[in-house]
Amino acid sequence: MMEFINFYLIPGLALGSIYALGAIGISMIFGILRFAHFAHGDVMTLGAYGTLTAVWTLGLHPLLALPVGIVFAVLSVLAVDKVFYKPLRELPTIYTVIASFGVALIFRSLIQLVWGSQNEVFIRGVQKPVVLFDLLRVSLLHLEAIAIIVGVAIALHYFLSRTQTGRSMRAVSDNAELARVAGLDTEKVVRATWIIGGSLAAIAGVLAGLDTNIQPNLGWNLILPMFAAAILGGIGKPMGALLGGMVIGLVEELSSYPWLTDEPLINPSYKTATAFLMMVILLIFRPQGLLKGRLF
Amino acid sequence: MDPVGLLFFLVGFLIMAGIYAILCLALNVQWGYGGLFNAGIAGFFAVGAYTSALLTAAPAPTHLGGFELPVLVGIIAAAVTAGLTGWAVAKICIRLKSDYLAMASIGIAEILRMVIVNEDWLTNGSLGITNIPRPFDGLLQGREADILFLAFVWVIVAIVYLVCNRLYDSPWGRTLRAVRDNEDAARAVGKDVDSFRLQTFVIGAALMGVAGALSAHYFRFLSPEATEPLLITFLVWVMLMAGGSGNNKGAIIGALSVWAIWSLTEIVTNRLPAEFATRSSYIRMLLIGLLLQFVLQKYRSGLLPERSPGIAFDKDKDKTHG
Amino acid sequence: MSPLLAIDGLTAGYGGLPIIDNINLLVAQKEIIVVIGPNGAGKSTVLKSVFALTSILSGSIRFADQEIAGIATQKLVPMGICAVPQTRNIFPSLTVRENLDIGTYAAPPRNRAQVEEGVLTLFPDLKQKLDQPAGELSGGQRQMVTLGRALMSEPKLLLLDEPTAGLSPAYLERIFDLILAIRQTGITILMVEQNARQALSIADRAYVLVNGRNFASDTGANLLANDEIRRSFLGGSRPS
Ligand SMILES: Nc1ncnc2c1ncn2[C@@H]1O[C@H](COP(=O)(O)OP(=O)(O)OP(=O)(O)O)[C@@H](O)[C@H]1O
Ligand SMILES: [Mg+2]
Repeated sequence: MMEFINFYLIPGLALGSIYALGAIGISMIFGILRFAHFAHGDVMTLGAYGTLTAVWTLGLHPLLALPVGIVFAVLSVLAVDKVFYKPLRELPTIYTVIASFGVALIFRSLIQLVWGSQNEVFIRGVQKPVVLFDLLRVSLLHLEAIAIIVGVAIALHYFLSRTQTGRSMRAVSDNAELARVAGLDTEKVVRATWIIGGSLAAIAGVLAGLDTNIQPNLGWNLILPMFAAAILGGIGKPMGALLGGMVIGLVEELSSYPWLTDEPLINPSYKTATAFLMMVILLIFRPQGLLKGRLF
Repeated sequence: MDPVGLLFFLVGFLIMAGIYAILCLALNVQWGYGGLFNAGIAGFFAVGAYTSALLTAAPAPTHLGGFELPVLVGIIAAAVTAGLTGWAVAKICIRLKSDYLAMASIGIAEILRMVIVNEDWLTNGSLGITNIPRPFDGLLQGREADILFLAFVWVIVAIVYLVCNRLYDSPWGRTLRAVRDNEDAARAVGKDVDSFRLQTFVIGAALMGVAGALSAHYFRFLSPEATEPLLITFLVWVMLMAGGSGNNKGAIIGALSVWAIWSLTEIVTNRLPAEFATRSSYIRMLLIGLLLQFVLQKYRSGLLPERSPGIAFDKDKDKTHG
Repeated sequence: MSPLLAIDGLTAGYGGLPIIDNINLLVAQKEIIVVIGPNGAGKSTVLKSVFALTSILSGSIRFADQEIAGIATQKLVPMGICAVPQTRNIFPSLTVRENLDIGTYAAPPRNRAQVEEGVLTLFPDLKQKLDQPAGELSGGQRQMVTLGRALMSEPKLLLLDEPTAGLSPAYLERIFDLILAIRQTGITILMVEQNARQALSIADRAYVLVNGRNFASDTGANLLANDEIRRSFLGGSRPS
């Protein structure tokens, strides 16, 4: 039982938090700008490298250096939106999807040019696990990730339901033309979307980098589970994406628990495949997601 | 570079360009004719490559197969297995709208990649398969053999091109474009939209399998690295967008020109000091990424835009399609 | 007094293809102006042109003596024009309260509480539904939500595109009464209607559009009394 909690449940929730942070942005962007942002994983990577640089130069703890990574990631997506996505806004969205593939590549190659392609770590050495009541042995990072996602969930809920910008975002996602007719400034809403999506992606990137190490494919490798999470939660429903992320993370970790025999249910080297498979199955049988998102 | 070196550089360039041309023609069938967003090209390429490699290579204890069958048999089998994979994929996701089809096809391609990397008994994992023959092996030796292979590749390019052209102008192709440009109208006149899409996807996938097989035979060696999505899926998309989707000549021109940019930048960057040379491939990636953005914004219909014979779907083409 | 809205020689359509041709239309302060015509005549296109949702090929649209043709859609609400589209005119996943709230963002009313009070007095049905997603409401209630949303910014001119479409006769009467009540508060109304008979009976003046062109215009009463109009556009039978 404790083994289950220590080695499967908590890591699953932590991984889920990372997916959730990325999926929220993907879901918002899909809802408001109507396209699947394939460069979102690479925004995470940018956030991680931005933070890494701050850690190196300022000697801060990664979570304290995080604001630097957030600003870096947000400025990058705002620039990319202006230069590469906005000119395509009036065209069928498929062009923007293709452009986002290109942006993913541009981000990754720039990262490799600036930082090189070797693995980097935020903190050297083995981190001691946190031991609670002699039974619970969990990594501090996993607890931090879970704490962060709880905080984000509360803040996001407040933002979306109580603030003018949050409500405007939901309105544009519901019905973009009516939002314009009602006088909402859609470009402002778009900007808010990138700022929130970029910030959360940067946090996710740093958590993912802390969990393993930092390398140029860090975020790209996570893009499919994050799409799966966004679809599971219902496109255009950020809170749903958050939940979807937790579910996908848990399923991925729990899939290699020895449920039936002494062997892992699914060979751990196929762990990520379970997330992809869930995504494909969802797309086929329930593309509107569990929480009834929109369909395009 | 000496003239002989230059010649063989050119030969190698044209072989790869030919393989990319087949991939582009295949994607053109799926996207240009059918409007299907396949972002898992590398998956079908890999299926074809491994099929042909396992069937034609010498027996080895490290992986399945090694049946030493003739190369042509391998290539045909590659088309069949890749086509079947395409059929299975299409069967389950053909109804998905573009963005979702992109996600699903990448997902499936990634799962295929994982199988290739992890199932050692089948593929020898990341160590790969060696001793893959070429057609007419032994006829010519060493570098001269490349010239023969070059001819072989381009004969196949020519066949694929002719077939694709016939398809485009056939009633089948016309219906397909009607489906692409106005699905509801096509449905309304009683066309079985899904089955047309399925056929398109399968044909494209089979051709991608052929390209995969050719690349395995060219390198005589196959490992998961050869199916890197960046080099296959992404580059092919850029080629087709640049060349002009919907146009088969455009697809080939796109393959040649983008591959030329890719190869020439390699020459340039290889002459840079060592510390830059290691980063040269990133500069190339960056260039290709920027090239795509340029094409999307300024040359949306590509070098050779689609010609639309007989039907009036090109009225608002730029809005609905490349 | 110069008209509040003056459409002059307007030719507009979608993607460069004209749908309406040389349309002229005047709306004076505090009038109710009704536009009727067969399906596809281009009635919605006229309203959408005011809202910059079509491509305008020629002609002018003046609001309070200011040219507004080509002004971006979202700038019109702060100027005092609000529109209720024919379809998809609510935010389904937002609650009723949030839908009303959206109406205040572009042009915050001077006294928000009072305006909301006024809107809820007009539409008392919404009072119990304030925290329900608007997508769960009935057709008539949705129509009230979108009217309410438009009124929240205290517009000078209200554009309504078939506010009674698909409503039961009981609701229909109520919406027409509400429109009269809205006019009482000093708001000018330009509306497109399919229920032409009732609409003409509350209209000050009306325009008949056919094939994208002005076909006739007169006071509501005169059009109702016109045999030809009755035969072609009011379903033939005598007014009740
Ligand atoms: N977004 C659009 N793009 C292209 N054509 C359109 C668009 N909207 C309407 N049309 C065309 O413009 C013409 C007039 O449409 P419009 O909606 O203005 O008619 P209407 O008089 O409001 O009809 P209804 O009574 O059915 O609402 C129709 O032929 C319609 O097909
Ligand atoms: Mg209409």
